[in-house]
Amino acid sequence: MNTLIAISGLGVFCLIAEIFNLRKLLVPVAVLGLVAILGLTVSEFHTPNTFYNNMIVVDKFSVAFSSLFIVLTIFLVALSGDFYKDHPSKLSDFLAIKIFLLAGAVAMVSFGNLSMFFLGIEVLSISLYVLAASRRLDIKSNEAGMKYFLLGSFASGIILFGICLIYGATGYFDIAEIKDLSSGAGIPVWFPIGITLMIIGMLFKIAAAPFHFWAPDVYEGSPTMTTATMSTLVKVVAMATLYKVLSGMTTSLTLTFEMVIVVISILSMTVGNIMALRQNNVKRMLAFSGISHAGFMLMAILSLSTAAGTLLYYTAAYALAGIASFAVIIYVTRNKDNEDTLNFNGLGKTHPLLAAVLTASLLSMAGIPIFAGFFAKFMLFSQTIQAGYLVVVIAGVVNSIISIGYYFKLILAMYTKEAAEEKQAVPFVYYFVAVTAILLNILMGLYPSLVINLLN
Amino acid sequence: MNNILNEIGIENYIFLSVLLFCIGVFGVLYRRNAIIVFMSIEIMLNAVNLLFVAFSTYHQDAEGQVFVFFSMAVAAAEVAVGLAILVSVFRNLGSIDIDNLKNLKG
Repeated sequence: MNTLIAISGLGVFCLIAEIFNLRKLLVPVAVLGLVAILGLTVSEFHTPNTFYNNMIVVDKFSVAFSSLFIVLTIFLVALSGDFYKDHPSKLSDFLAIKIFLLAGAVAMVSFGNLSMFFLGIEVLSISLYVLAASRRLDIKSNEAGMKYFLLGSFASGIILFGICLIYGATGYFDIAEIKDLSSGAGIPVWFPIGITLMIIGMLFKIAAAPFHFWAPDVYEGSPTMTTATMSTLVKVVAMATLYKVLSGMTTSLTLTFEMVIVVISILSMTVGNIMALRQNNVKRMLAFSGISHAGFMLMAILSLSTAAGTLLYYTAAYALAGIASFAVIIYVTRNKDNEDTLNFNGLGKTHPLLAAVLTASLLSMAGIPIFAGFFAKFMLFSQTIQAGYLVVVIAGVVNSIISIGYYFKLILAMYTKEAAEEKQAVPFVYYFVAVTAILLNILMGLYPSLVINLLN
Repeated sequence: MNNILNEIGIENYIFLSVLLFCIGVFGVLYRRNAIIVFMSIEIMLNAVNLLFVAFSTYHQDAEGQVFVFFSMAVAAAEVAVGLAILVSVFRNLGSIDIDNLKNLKG
């Protein structure tokens, strides 16, 4: 609860700082503020509590995921200073929107009432519509914003209808009460319909096949900074929320429902990977890679009661690798009008450290050992086998092998092709964010139990 | 109020809302004018609001009506952002037909 208030306060501060002409201090103050909020959040880890008539429930799950979101936002805010340096007058708006987005994200994992859930998801989505369309003179950004807005609000409508039917069936918005009633006999048929509609809406938000078709266009058209936010922070938030919705409102999933998740998971992995193989645009490729990772993360739902720790580990590994790779991509493509693989030619010679970080993060996403991505996949697979769904695991292993194909395309371009440009000085913040994120990822890979035991 | 609900039956409210919601869904899927798509999304949200109020009466519980306030406020905020995006699309393209948004594909 304190986290949510502090984050909103920091967002308002960022808006006010513009009036007092504190532009130069804005990024450092926002980063320091977020670090302080991170400390505040972590201190709540061992004191589960509820606030405002169960509106906000602070438990280990919400604290762990909120901390992950805050860490990701710290990286994204740190990169913003350089990314928006051509628009200094808009920096405070962009920072404030990012921080309000974080407030929505925290509300989405710590809700105890469906109205809080709905407000959280809308705060997050509306901030993202603004960010996606924020390069207002660029037609690609407009198109991305428009497409994201239309499909996002369509999905919100479906989620709202689901909430309404659940309310109609149970008479409560409180998820603890709904969970009690859901297992009882005589619950109207509206209840499963409502849950299904809510899940369809959430699958839209995490871009799992067959609800993924907006993702590549939106990722490609948005400013790269926004793409980084969407593919790391927002994907992780939506996945954690889907997990919390399902584990919070139902006692056990029916077999039919699990079969549907199996199909969606396999479909997402396969469609994402096959489509990613033929992309030349790096942002588009990472969008499809994100779709396939959504498929992997959906496996966590198959062992709903025990998978919270694994899901935290997988999302943290994926998001940290994503931040590291996007720090490099933002630097390489910052003065270009496209993000084709050609721009990365020869990066290994001109900027060896950046190339090494990008290679490491792509290897982590592909699931190569010592990086956290490998252990994340390994634990997810073994958990899914225990739950009795061998077929998903086989599909997952095959897809991991396919995914190496397109990740290596980029790595080969960096190390075997000749550079077209001269070496330039890189602002320190890119090195800092990229190296820190990948080091955290490797640290998680070396000591998986640090993260995995938090929630078990 | 309760008597009216008893006479009409909650099912009919659900049918009406589902009908309105489907009109909205088909509007989003088939209309190509961005403003009409916005209006269809509003119809979807308002169909849900209607059902919230009906359920609120059905359960004799005010929470549902409070939720409607939230969803109205959110819908207004959403449309404000949407119209802003629409204006910038119109300035760049000179049209609000969503079929013109075809720069991104592959």
